[in-house]
Amino acid sequence: MIIEARDVKHFYGDFCALDGVTLGVEAGQLVSIIGPNGAGKSTLINVLTGLLQPSAGSVRFKGRDIAGAGPVRLARLGLARSFQLVQIFPDLTVLETLQAAAVSRLGRGRRLLASLAADGEVRRDAEHVADLFGLGEKLHAPSRTLPQGDKKLLDVAAAFALRPAAILLDEPTSGVSTRDKTTVMQMLVRASRGIGVQAILLVEHDMDIVFGYSDRIVALQQGRILVDTTPDGLRTDETVLATLVGRATATASAAPGP
Amino acid sequence: MRRPQAVAVIVALAAALALPRMAPAYHVTLMLPFMAYGIALLGLNLLFGYTGLVSFGHALFLGIGAYTGAFLTTHTRVRSIEIILLVAALGAAAVAAPVGALCVRYVKIYFGMLTLAFGMLFYTFVLKFYHLTGGDEGMRFLRPSLLGQPLGDLSKTAYLVGPYYYYSLALLVLATVAMWRIVHSPFGLCLRTVRDNPLKAESLGLSVPRYRWYAFVISAVYAGAGGVLLAVPTGNVDPTLAYWTHSGNLVFMTLLGGFASFFGPIAGALVFIYLQDTVMSLFLYWRLVFGAILAALVLFAPTGLAGLVVRRQPPEAAHR
Repeated sequence: MIIEARDVKHFYGDFCALDGVTLGVEAGQLVSIIGPNGAGKSTLINVLTGLLQPSAGSVRFKGRDIAGAGPVRLARLGLARSFQLVQIFPDLTVLETLQAAAVSRLGRGRRLLASLAADGEVRRDAEHVADLFGLGEKLHAPSRTLPQGDKKLLDVAAAFALRPAAILLDEPTSGVSTRDKTTVMQMLVRASRGIGVQAILLVEHDMDIVFGYSDRIVALQQGRILVDTTPDGLRTDETVLATLVGRATATASAAPGP
Repeated sequence: MRRPQAVAVIVALAAALALPRMAPAYHVTLMLPFMAYGIALLGLNLLFGYTGLVSFGHALFLGIGAYTGAFLTTHTRVRSIEIILLVAALGAAAVAAPVGALCVRYVKIYFGMLTLAFGMLFYTFVLKFYHLTGGDEGMRFLRPSLLGQPLGDLSKTAYLVGPYYYYSLALLVLATVAMWRIVHSPFGLCLRTVRDNPLKAESLGLSVPRYRWYAFVISAVYAGAGGVLLAVPTGNVDPTLAYWTHSGNLVFMTLLGGFASFFGPIAGALVFIYLQDTVMSLFLYWRLVFGAILAALVLFAPTGLAGLVVRRQPPEAAHR
C-alpha cells in the first residue's frame, strides 16, 4: 500500500467535510476520485498531500505517518502533486522550472557557488521530462508566455520531474479542450511509466477520462465514500451513477471507454 | 553573460581603473560611496530582485558594518580592514539570523514593516547607548590598514583616491563575481522559484522560509561589508547611517537602476550618487527632486534604468 488513509475526519468549524474516509492506493494503480462539488474532494486531497492536518484518523505514505507533514516533506518523501488552478513560475523558462524540480530532487538547492548551467545531470533530467511532456521545443520560453494548455502541462511536468513514487493530479485536464484531454492523459500515463511513478491519484470531472483510465474509482458524497470500485463495477451500478453524474451523462458515459 | 552586457562591464571596469588618473580628486572620492553602496545593493537585490522581498531596514546592516569598524579601530588595536570586514560580515550575519528568521515568515508590506521596525530598533540602540556608540555624535573610524599596509604617512585625500579607491574597486569586483556565481547557481534558481510562486516551490520540496532566510542572511553580510567601506572615507560613523531614510535610499537606488537586472542596482547607485551631488549643489530642496524622480520611475519605468536599456528582461531568463 503506497497511500493509506484510515478513518479520516475533517471539520471546518462545525461543518464536517470528511466523515470517516478510508482509502488505500496500491502500486501500479491509477485511482480516480470523483464526486459533486462540496463532496470533500479538495479536503481529501489536502489531507493526503499533508497540507491539512485531519481532525481524526491517520494518513500514511509508504507506511510513514504523513498527517500534516506539509508539502515540502512530502515532496522529499516522494509524493508529488499538481494543482487544479495552474501553478507555474511566470518568469522562469520551461527548462528552469524543470531544473528547479531536479535540483530539489537531487538535494542540490544549497549549492551556492556551483554553476547551474554546468550541472549536466540536472539539465539532462529536465530535458528528459520536457520531452516526455512535449515541451522539448519550448525549453527557453518563459513560462508566462506559454499557451494555457502548455502551462497546465508544465505544472504537471514539474511534479513528475521529482520522480515521485506517487503523484496526485488535481484535475490535470481542466481548462484543456475536450479533444486534447485524451492527448494529455496519454502523455501522463506514458510519462509515469517512463519516470517510474508507481501510483496516481486523479481528481477528475470528465467521466470519459475517469472511465477510460482508472483502475479504481472512488466516489465521494457529503464527506463519505459512496462507492470504491472498478470502472466496470461503476458502469453497472445504475443507482450510484445516477446520484453521481445525473441520468443523462450516466447513460452517455456508461458506454465502454477508449 | 550576453555579449553587449560583457562589453559594457569591461568598459565600465576600464573606466573605473583609469578614473583616478583622469578625473579630479573630488570625482574620485564620489566613487567611494558608490562602490560601498554597490556591494550592499548586490546583496539587497538578492533579496529584492531574486527572492521577491523588499527590505526597508537594510541600513541596519550598513550600520552594523560601520559601527563594527569604528568600534574596533577606536576601542581595540585592530586596524586591518580585512579583519574589520570579517568581523562586520560575521556580526551582520549574527544579527540577520534571528531577525531574518522572524521576518521571513511574512511577505510584502508585513515583511517590509518588520524589517523597518528592526532597523529603527537598532537606530535607537546606537542613539541611546551613548557610552558605547557616542550617541548622536557618533564615533571616529580610524584609518584602517589595507592588506597589512598602514599607509599612515599619506594625506587623507591621497589615501582615499589612491590605495583605498583601488581596494574598494577590487572588493566590489570580488563581491560582484561572488554574487554572479550565487544567482547562477542551483541555489539562485531556487530563490527565483520562491519569488515567482511560493505555493508551487513548496510542492516541489523547496522550503520557502528557509530560502528566504538564506537570502536575508547573505544580503546582510553584503550590507555589512558595504557599511565598512561607506564609513572609511568620512572617518566618522553616526546614527543617521542606520536611520530608516537610509534604508529608503537603498531601495530607491535599486528601483532607479532596476531590480530585474543583475547590474541594475549597481548602476542605480552610481546615478544616485552623482545625481544627489549635482542636485544638492544646485537646489536646496533636493529631496523634492528625488521624490519626483521616484514617482516618475514607479509610474513610467518600473523596471528602472536597466529596464529602459533592455526591454523586459527578467533576471537571467534564457541567456548565459
